[in-house]
Amino acid sequence: MIYLSGIMRVFQMGDQMVHALNGINIEIASGEYVSIMGPSGSGKSTLLNIIGLLDNPDSGQYELDGSNVTALSEVEQAHVRRKKIGFVFQSFHLVPRLTAAENIELPLILEGIEPARRKLLVEETLLKFDLQDRSQHRPAEMSGGQRQRTAIARAMILQPPTILADEPTGNIDHRNGAEVIALLEKLHQSGTTLIIVTHDRELGARANRHIAMRDGEVVSDDKKASR
Amino acid sequence: MKLRDTLFLSLKTIVSYKTRSLLIVLAMALGVAAVVVLTALGDGARRYVTNKFSSIGTNLIVVIPGRAETVGSFPGAALGQTPRDLTLEDAEALDRLPQVRRYAPLNIGVAELAAASRLREVTVLGSTAEILPVRHIELAQGSFLDRGTAHGAQILLGWKLAREFFSQGNVIGKRVRLGDRRFLVSGVLKPQGESMGYNTDEIVIIPIDHAQELFNTSSLFRILVEVRSRGELTSTKEEIRKILRKRHDNEDDITVITQDAVLATFDRILRALTLGVAGIAAISLAVAGILVMNVMLVSVSQRTSEIGLLKAIGAPSANIHHLFLAEALWLSFSGGVLGFALGQFGSLLLRFAYPQLPAWPPTWASLAGITIAFVTGLLASLLPAARAARLNPVQALNTK
Repeated sequence: MIYLSGIMRVFQMGDQMVHALNGINIEIASGEYVSIMGPSGSGKSTLLNIIGLLDNPDSGQYELDGSNVTALSEVEQAHVRRKKIGFVFQSFHLVPRLTAAENIELPLILEGIEPARRKLLVEETLLKFDLQDRSQHRPAEMSGGQRQRTAIARAMILQPPTILADEPTGNIDHRNGAEVIALLEKLHQSGTTLIIVTHDRELGARANRHIAMRDGEVVSDDKKASR
Repeated sequence: MKLRDTLFLSLKTIVSYKTRSLLIVLAMALGVAAVVVLTALGDGARRYVTNKFSSIGTNLIVVIPGRAETVGSFPGAALGQTPRDLTLEDAEALDRLPQVRRYAPLNIGVAELAAASRLREVTVLGSTAEILPVRHIELAQGSFLDRGTAHGAQILLGWKLAREFFSQGNVIGKRVRLGDRRFLVSGVLKPQGESMGYNTDEIVIIPIDHAQELFNTSSLFRILVEVRSRGELTSTKEEIRKILRKRHDNEDDITVITQDAVLATFDRILRALTLGVAGIAAISLAVAGILVMNVMLVSVSQRTSEIGLLKAIGAPSANIHHLFLAEALWLSFSGGVLGFALGQFGSLLLRFAYPQLPAWPPTWASLAGITIAFVTGLLASLLPAARAARLNPVQALNTK
């Protein structure tokens, strides 16, 4: 459960103050499929960063599963990110010198899981995301779709309840994009909360709930019946 | 994140940036190798000198005309002028001390040696037969001033001189001319090489009275006194002072030094020299440290996006900090170990090229080299690691 109330985020650009988020109030229940849309500079990525604890609001309240996460220390926030949030980025953000298997393994290393168990979990995940043939390939040796699947596998390996995807199909072709969306929706169907930030109307329309933003404010928040 | 994983991940990063890592390791290694080789050289020189001194006896007392304390050096040695001469009678007076096993008065000069239509300038030592045991000089053949020939015009030739002047046949009994005087070759010195500032293979030794006549002097350059036991060195020094003060109208106008003191002085000087060259070599390690810092800072810039990702997937700042520290430590540790190996190899080459020089790197220098490399690497990585850990994850992720 994500609860945002009166979230403000202001950036200083030169001698001007830019209100990236201007009093955002949103509540997202566990297992929801939400798309956040809006033009560039509307504040959607800033909102995603705050939900993902990569950034802290200047004011307002953010509760994740009932606890005020903005008040947590840097180490505690990192722990929450590891346990509860998986990130999928437009540009994949895979470590270029590591293989697909090693990239997927990273969250397990950060969590301090023993190598034997890590190996087992990585093998299961590779199989689940149909990446077993690519396990020893480096990102440069994979297609865009395979890279994004690797990134999703990495985001999901610790089975977080929430996936935050920022333009997940922005850097891949239509066919691979469809595959990636299908994969994310499959995760949603198994109970994961899915929040997608996108410019793509077609992709945004697939979500059960559409939040539209402009100038740091939510201008519409429409829910439709679950498919 | 566990320490083992931090070390493994950082090692993997280093291996993946081969050229860059190799250059840093090489810079570190050269610094450590320089420390090891230069200290091996310095310490080798120290051991070489002290061994030479030890080989000529540590029970030795050297009496020098003039007061080192009042003049600041050994003036008589340099200019041949002293407040009061040291004479053969002074030397004979010392022989009456029960602690004295033997003594050798000494004069040194340079004269022309001529024989078998050859001519060259040689260093001439004038002394008694006792000079041989006192200075541990051995003869290859012949004898010097045996009983009954104490005042004979005998001459001992250095090994090289004997070969130069008389390349074939027996040298003993041959006649040579030294300055304007004729001498009979009574023996040849064993080859010994450089010792105490001159090459014993290229000296001649003649009786002291002939030397004084040759150089037209009645004073001595030194009196070498060998004491029966090391324990009597200090008391004998005092006795010698007393006797010579009495003989010199109650004036303290001589300097008495022991071989031990000279040895200790050389030891101190060469130790300081070794430390000095080690210090200079260590500067190259500091330079290597700056190189590590520079490369690590560039690495942080190049991997900003990766740092952002690690933070996004749940790495706290401390993990990032540790990863970069571990990278620098791997680099400096590898550099230290490689440098140690290179230094040992360099020292081996030195010993191979100069077999008489015991150029063994001291353990402290090898340990210090590796430790300095390690500490330098650690210090140099503090700033880049802190910078990486401080990065804002959102900005880092958006860096191309």
